[in-house]
Amino acid sequence: MSDQHTPEQATEVETTAVQAQPLQEAESRLQPIKWKFPITYALLALLSLSAFTFLSPTGAVTQFRLATASDFVTLPAVNIPSFAGALVLSLLQLGLAALAIYCAARRIKLGVWLPMLFGLFFVLAFLIYAGAGRGAFIPVVTLLAGALMLSVPLIFGAMCGLVGERSGIINIAIEGQLLAGAFLAAVAASFFTSAYVGLLAAPFAGAAVGGLLVWFAVKYHVNQIIVGVVLNVLVIGLTSFLYSTVLTQNSEMWNARQQLPRLPIPGLSQIPIIGPVLFNQTILVYLMYVIVFALHILVFKSRWGLRMRAVGEHPKAADTVGINVARTRIFNTVLAGGIAGLGGAYFTVGQGLAFGQEMSAGQGFIALAAMILGRWNPKGALLAALLFGFSSSVGQVLSTIGTPVPSEMLLMLPYVITIFAVAGFVGRVRPPAAEGVPYIK
Amino acid sequence: MKLQLKGVTKRFGTFTANDRIDLTVQPGEIHALLGENGAGKSTLMNTIYGLYSPEEGEILLDDKRVTFNGPGDAVEAGIGMVHQHFMLIPVFSVTESVMLGYEPTKTAGIIDFAEARRRVQEISARFGFDVDPDAMIEDLPVGAQQRVEIIKALSRDARVLILDEPTAVLTPQETDELIAIMRQLKESGTSIVFITHKLREVRAIADKITVIRRGKIVGEALPDSTETELASLMVGREVNLTTQKDPAEPGDVGFSVQDLTVVSRAGKVVLDNVSLDIARGEILCVAGVDGNGQTELAEAILGLREAVDGTITLDGTNLRRMSVKDRLNAGIGFVPEDRSTDGVIPAFSITENFVLDQYDQQPYSNGVAMKPSVMREAAVEQTSRFDVRLGTVDDPISTLSGGNQQKVVLAREMSRDIRFFLASQPTRGLDVGSIEFVHRTIIEERDKGTPCLIVSTELDEVSNLADRIAVMYRGVVVGIVPGDTDRDVLGLMMAGVPVEEAYAQAKDHHTILGGADEGAQA
Repeated sequence: MSDQHTPEQATEVETTAVQAQPLQEAESRLQPIKWKFPITYALLALLSLSAFTFLSPTGAVTQFRLATASDFVTLPAVNIPSFAGALVLSLLQLGLAALAIYCAARRIKLGVWLPMLFGLFFVLAFLIYAGAGRGAFIPVVTLLAGALMLSVPLIFGAMCGLVGERSGIINIAIEGQLLAGAFLAAVAASFFTSAYVGLLAAPFAGAAVGGLLVWFAVKYHVNQIIVGVVLNVLVIGLTSFLYSTVLTQNSEMWNARQQLPRLPIPGLSQIPIIGPVLFNQTILVYLMYVIVFALHILVFKSRWGLRMRAVGEHPKAADTVGINVARTRIFNTVLAGGIAGLGGAYFTVGQGLAFGQEMSAGQGFIALAAMILGRWNPKGALLAALLFGFSSSVGQVLSTIGTPVPSEMLLMLPYVITIFAVAGFVGRVRPPAAEGVPYIK
Repeated sequence: MKLQLKGVTKRFGTFTANDRIDLTVQPGEIHALLGENGAGKSTLMNTIYGLYSPEEGEILLDDKRVTFNGPGDAVEAGIGMVHQHFMLIPVFSVTESVMLGYEPTKTAGIIDFAEARRRVQEISARFGFDVDPDAMIEDLPVGAQQRVEIIKALSRDARVLILDEPTAVLTPQETDELIAIMRQLKESGTSIVFITHKLREVRAIADKITVIRRGKIVGEALPDSTETELASLMVGREVNLTTQKDPAEPGDVGFSVQDLTVVSRAGKVVLDNVSLDIARGEILCVAGVDGNGQTELAEAILGLREAVDGTITLDGTNLRRMSVKDRLNAGIGFVPEDRSTDGVIPAFSITENFVLDQYDQQPYSNGVAMKPSVMREAAVEQTSRFDVRLGTVDDPISTLSGGNQQKVVLAREMSRDIRFFLASQPTRGLDVGSIEFVHRTIIEERDKGTPCLIVSTELDEVSNLADRIAVMYRGVVVGIVPGDTDRDVLGLMMAGVPVEEAYAQAKDHHTILGGADEGAQA
């Protein structure tokens, strides 16, 4: 391959040449083998084998309850011998880890099914261990319903971030938009004594915050991260001030609880396990399904989505085909704010709670992480948000039934996952190229 | 369509970029707009395309006055433009890029992809383009990206097509294909405005030539004018198109890289086993279409990028594990590719930029204390030696023209004792006068016995400077050939054709520009 020419020979016409080969060969030769994931799998599988399997009390049984008393179809509880169950699951994990190592060494790429399957086995093994011999049931429906419940604001927030960032505006203010939505939903619902009025009002609060963000970003080219942080502080300050003055003085009028009614979908809600989880929800959750599904289609298949992505990737190129960059960014960021505001309503009218100070509790930032982990795709962001919601739910459920692991450790889980996600453990993420860059002609 | 400009004037603050420009492009005419870098060609075209609005004057299409509030209006009126830096989105498919802004939709704003794809296929079939409508832009070579841009313009029924420096990124053979496309468009009645600073192309392609200098039209010419005539019209004085240089007297090997391999962050091999030996007193030019590993080669030699394999040897020392600073101190003089971001710090003064890589060394500092007066003296002395036109050396370097900034960079690198000189695109964006100066300076450095490695995508520059030429394609050195190698051969090598085959093919098929070359010499 190497060229052996010395300058002395250079005066003659060249005799040796290098065939320009396709780069793939060199790539497969030189690309570093990615050991990160296989090793992680192996370690987790060993943890599962050593801790979950062998620490399970011998002869113990773990009970999984697959339905609640009110369900249409009442499945019987399932009893699994703890040791054998955990052992089988751990061995399956070891098998997957071995497959991952083999494929990594051969530089074979594996699909997303492997981490998902591995995660499922690991979580099940953990649940078997956690519930072993306690006499208490692992309430599967409650676990899943809790996961969805905790994911709702994350999903709305992630969709908000996605729409904004796809059009080039970094949105750190999701947190503030959720909080503003929660606040206005509570106040409006309380004042008109109708949860639905609160639901209608919430998007306006989020959109207003989005409007401020994009006004500073597009009109004054202010650093979008700084504006976002400031807006979060502004919303926290404003809502806390109004809460401690107006809302607490006349809470009957301004901050009375209102709850959106559950609307079980006939038929679907009677499916065992997933029926009560997915189809016995409020209109807000159904709206969420619609929004995620619509974005999944529209971002990649519609004129609106194409132009939004063009503006977020290369605004000048969009400008040269007659797309108004500023208008696109303003519209999308305000729209995104509306989505987040709607998500904020879940904190108050969605769960029938009164407004409390800073009740969004950092969910906006986790939503941002879900969006990054989901690589700016609606489907990915949805899965990431569900993962975060599920890990919180596991933490909550286990802390109530009592486990050998301190519940604080479990409640920490979503944040640990977030750190790994944002630190790029899941691979190189590629944000929209012009994200955060003001477009100046 | 007939395009006419009357007294178009565009100012940026106090600077007049276009001064009362009158221009007429007849239907079906290929009209070349010739001018140096910074003469105001691109500004004028952006004005026609609606990106800028002119302060004075009017634009007429088929004798009707038009005003554009944005590119959308211009496109509507039948003007298409292929920008020098393509306006394509890397993560979009060809179909998506072509339809953007003019999407065929079904209900609810859902795009009719089948219709959009059909349009792309129809146009590429009509002009014999071989473009896959589903390919991602970032996976396409630049030549194909340019075709996508042309398809984009044609899909909107452009009847005036503006091409801004279209050949800058092409090999001579690709340029040939572009010329064929332009002639085909001309046949079908499209008017073409073609911006360039390359004289040989103008003569080969244009029906009519308008020369622009410092924002003003200075003359018109016909394609049978000689290159020398055109050059003096463009620059405003007599110019030597080729720099005088004596044959190289290569000594022993002063600098060499062996089996140098670089992997990009995305895991792609961008430099694959590159080996080059450069003798003392010799200029080796690295030619190739932009993006074939030349940037990575220069950065790996300086140490800005880590090489996964190979050696970098200067005077017998392997530099590969050294820091950038140690490499500079070992005697590498470096002129980076992008002057404004890597070469100088725009807000710093000329003096500060002059000592940027030596500020902590004798004689400019003593321990932690810098010696501003010594620095200033040296800056004054060296800038006058390198003929930098400046107010005072205390002014920010951003007040200087590109050519003068580059002279400061050269002064900085060459005023210390260097053992090896490395320059990437040393004359990109410079005017002819500065180009001459930079080339002369590099040849002087060579004659002092310094091994020189010059990376350039401009074939003119390569043939002007090189004692030997290494051609790169996709991270590989395709071959090393003598400095006077025929452009057609170089062009084929730039497309990855191995040396012997390139010689054989070039003998069989001359490019239009190669032919124009011979005509000029005869």
